[in-house]
Amino acid sequence: MKKTYDIEVDCANCADKMEQAAKKTDGVKDCSVNFMALKMSVEFEDGADEGTVMKAVLKNCKKVEDDCEIFI
Amino acid sequence: MNKKQKRVLARIIITTVLLIVIAIVEPHIEKFALALYIIPYILIGYDIIKKAFKGIVHGQVMDENFLMAVATVGSMILGEYREGVMVMLLYQIGELFQSYAVGKSRRNIAALMDIRPDVANLVTQENGVETVKTVSPDEVETGSTLVISPGERIPIDGVVILGDSTIDTSALTGESVPRTIHAGDEVISGTINQNGVIRIRTTKAFGESTVTKILELVENASSQKSRSENFITRFARVYTPFVCLFALVIAVVPPVINMLSGNDANFRSFIYRALTFLVISCPCAMVISIPLGFFAGIGGASKAGILVKGSNYLEALSKVDSVIFDKTGTLTKGVFKVVSIHRQELSDQHLLKYAAYAESFSTHPISRSIVNAYGLEVDKSLVADVEEISGHGVLATVSGKKVIVGNDKLMTDNGVEPAHCHDGGTIVHIAVDGRYAGHIHISDVIKETSEKAIRDLHKMGISRTIMLTGDAEKVAGKVAAALSIDEYRSELLPADKVSVVEELLSDRKGKKGCTAFVGDGINDAPVLTRVDVGIAMGALGSDAAIEAADVVIMDDDPLGIIKAIKIGKKCMRIAYENIYFAIGIKVIVLILSAFGMTNMWLAVFADVGVMILAVLNAVRTLHVPDITD
Repeated sequence: MKKTYDIEVDCANCADKMEQAAKKTDGVKDCSVNFMALKMSVEFEDGADEGTVMKAVLKNCKKVEDDCEIFI
Repeated sequence: MNKKQKRVLARIIITTVLLIVIAIVEPHIEKFALALYIIPYILIGYDIIKKAFKGIVHGQVMDENFLMAVATVGSMILGEYREGVMVMLLYQIGELFQSYAVGKSRRNIAALMDIRPDVANLVTQENGVETVKTVSPDEVETGSTLVISPGERIPIDGVVILGDSTIDTSALTGESVPRTIHAGDEVISGTINQNGVIRIRTTKAFGESTVTKILELVENASSQKSRSENFITRFARVYTPFVCLFALVIAVVPPVINMLSGNDANFRSFIYRALTFLVISCPCAMVISIPLGFFAGIGGASKAGILVKGSNYLEALSKVDSVIFDKTGTLTKGVFKVVSIHRQELSDQHLLKYAAYAESFSTHPISRSIVNAYGLEVDKSLVADVEEISGHGVLATVSGKKVIVGNDKLMTDNGVEPAHCHDGGTIVHIAVDGRYAGHIHISDVIKETSEKAIRDLHKMGISRTIMLTGDAEKVAGKVAAALSIDEYRSELLPADKVSVVEELLSDRKGKKGCTAFVGDGINDAPVLTRVDVGIAMGALGSDAAIEAADVVIMDDDPLGIIKAIKIGKKCMRIAYENIYFAIGIKVIVLILSAFGMTNMWLAVFADVGVMILAVLNAVRTLHVPDITD
């Protein structure tokens, strides 16, 4: 399953960091952050619960970039 | 500017004023210099320092906030108070500019693609009374009736059931000439109704409508990144650690060598150089300009009616060196038209008149093309005894004369000897009162811009153009010659097209360039997905084409291919300019600071300057290159 979320982040490098952090989260198969469109598209592993995974993704992203926001 | 940006701007202005005041009073109270400079420093840099601390807590030591904090605090400790504040100030100016410029181009591009309809005016019957309700397009069911006033956007694909108007399709196709619509015509969501009130019956749900499909495509476009984008992010990941490591080496190694060789260690000077390194360790300038360039490129292309599904396809477009065309509907219009009349004794107009009158009751595309070519009103009362022989032609009595209009066989069957014609295409013979009168040559028409498109492709250095068609050899050869296409394959069945493309692709294995296929997207989906860049043309309203193609040209003008390739080339050129420029300047400043030939605020100035120039260069891709000679 693939879903796209609106995000908020200030710089392109930070967006890349978010992408890396999200990719490492359990339940995320792949992730791509588009800084220009302020969108994060997440491909979930089979059977992963979207809500819990996204919470973890947000937590991991906050670790690398305190200022970021994902509108889940 | 948003609130956040305004606040930063205010801090920048106050800090600048404070710095000027301090510069004036400083000579009088030198002892308190640190106390004086600490005020503007905290004012301008408190958020950076706060973020730096948070970064440390989360184990992010390569965070640019942390590095900026180390560099400026370090320079304050070294006694370079003014420099510490200046570096922070310039850094903030740079960040502000970046977020402003990026936000602005983001809004510009969003405005280009602002085709999402917000409401639909639904016509409902309640107790026999008709009422119009404004609802969200999501709620409209297929088969509903919508009323659309002038100036409103058509929210859902449908068919006009009442009213005449013109619609502006420019947001979708880039075509500025409005299209006239009448009852029975199909309309596409996202276009704007211009001057008459119309009613439409929806034929699709909002989620399946063209406008939704296009927006989905555009929004997902940048998840497919180009090689240069991936390169710059990979570069950024190693750049910061490398610069930091190098800074550490500069801070430690030369002083130790100095000490060992008995000289003055000169720690101060080398630590200062190391701190300068940290100032330019942020890769943001490079990282932002590359995706910004592609994003603006895709945005500009959509405005011109060309949808590109990802920056990787812009990259592929820029490398195209052979283009395969489907003939019908791509290079030709896919409609029949009278191209020439070869007559015996009657005048052209007379010959055409007999043919048009005889064919006036037929609905066959060829008959329609003859009637259209005649152009005048047909007085059907003069036509009698019409007999249509399917696949051959028509026999009729026109103004008392017996007219036969049809192919070779119909002529010989009726005892008339038809002339032989060397032109390719379809030939319609005409005999009047048993005497051969001439023939009309009908053919699919080449689009007006096809020839220029092929010529421009050759001019751009595309070495191979190939046309594929299911038509007869003679017709194909003629079209290929007229357009000066390098090669053609004729009499192909749809399945043959795939194998021909496969064969052409395997020919070029190991070569560098990319192969593009251009088709109408309706029955060539397998081929579109097989090549490096699949281009679907005239795809407005065709979901299958939008799905299968990598690049969608919304109108059916072959010059769109030239535009798409030029946009790709321009984006790539600008991306490379920015990569070389940003990395080049950074490397030069790094070398200069390693040898102590620069100072910290010059380094940050170079950093910010590079970013501003790279961003300005990147937004140039928003403008679609001109393709007129």
